[in-house]
Amino acid sequence: MLTRDQVEVGAALPELSLDLTPTVVVSTALATMDFTPVHHDVQVARGQGAKDIFLNILTTMGLVERYVTDWAGPEAVIRRIDVKLGVPAYAGDRLSFRGGVTALADGEVTVGVTGRVSLGDHATGTVTLLLPEVRP
Amino acid sequence: MTGEELLDLAAKQAALGELAGAPADDPVNVPMIRHWLAAMGDRNPVYLDRGLAPPAMAQVWTMTAPAPGDRSPVSVMMGALDEAGYTGVVATNCEQTYHRYVRVGELLTPATRFTGLAGPKRTALGEGFFATWVVTWYAGEGEPVAEMLFRVLKFRPPEKRAEPYPLRPSVNRDTAFFWDGVRRGELRVQSCADCGELRHPPGPMCPRCHSANRAHVVARGEGVVYSYVVHHHPPVPGRETPFVVAVVELPEGVRIVGNVVDCPPESVAVGMPVRVAYRPMDDELVLPVWTPGEP
Repeated sequence: MLTRDQVEVGAALPELSLDLTPTVVVSTALATMDFTPVHHDVQVARGQGAKDIFLNILTTMGLVERYVTDWAGPEAVIRRIDVKLGVPAYAGDRLSFRGGVTALADGEVTVGVTGRVSLGDHATGTVTLLLPEVRP
Repeated sequence: MTGEELLDLAAKQAALGELAGAPADDPVNVPMIRHWLAAMGDRNPVYLDRGLAPPAMAQVWTMTAPAPGDRSPVSVMMGALDEAGYTGVVATNCEQTYHRYVRVGELLTPATRFTGLAGPKRTALGEGFFATWVVTWYAGEGEPVAEMLFRVLKFRPPEKRAEPYPLRPSVNRDTAFFWDGVRRGELRVQSCADCGELRHPPGPMCPRCHSANRAHVVARGEGVVYSYVVHHHPPVPGRETPFVVAVVELPEGVRIVGNVVDCPPESVAVGMPVRVAYRPMDDELVLPVWTPGEP
């Protein structure tokens, strides 16, 4: 786990890359209580002009949260996640998160995060969190 | 609705302020947290160890489908945008603020306020409006625990252009009034401006009084099949054979040639009542056709 003193502006987060199997897309949609057919029924998704089933937004938020806490550790407290949504993350694609510390202010750490898929940026944004001052 | 009317409606929805929704069906609970963590591949132990929900789960607790007939400000606005042709939707921003992590056992209640509509704007997806609303989740006695700003682009999907229909009517100064009528959904019949005699097809001079002064009347759009052929061969560009070409007699007293559609050719008969319909053949051309009518 990280403490406040271990983090400086410009520090990079380790990359996290996920295979977006149909299982990932469907199981996350259902775990977020999102039963919209485009997230689990490929025929409906294609009928609406999508290439395949795709991640729902709640999952995008959940994966951004996981990406940052994987790095920051269990004592981090997430205060804010701001995401600008881009291209869809289709089943069969690969979602790769990169991030870096962009600001330290008022005890808060701000991390810039980008989640890319083969079509471009799926999600770009910032996560603001608190880190413990010292190891508890 | 015009763009301005949509913006007016949006201002009214925003003025309604924050409206409470139904409380969550279930309190914050371990099984749903465990399910979320497994699906996300999130191995952070803090949630299950301390009985806390992952903060990004805020929305999950109240993910019930809107009741039929839901008239919340957001659904009113989305409905109006759909009706105005902005039927496409894509989410553009999701911004969540967590005042604190919620604990297992807490029951959350959402409240939504519509905060604004911006547009019309040109976007890569088409012309559209950005609609924004804010959901706040409350625990216990109205303590806000999380907030979400959500923005969607409602856009007008680009129209698919139809293949141009290969057969075009020849429109000239004698016949332009007829085609102008078709575009307005009127079946116009030329009349003599002096003696009132009707004539079709249009021509420069009245066959009865020889006057060159022309006017027109609008026919009721009903008629009966006076005669017809079923065209099987040769093939006609832009048409599938067989099709029916009929001479339709109008109660106004003239006969007019047109296709009888929306019924099998073998069901067409002399004396069959028909009614005019206006069929778009491509993005520009509309043709009057005849459909089976009430006897």
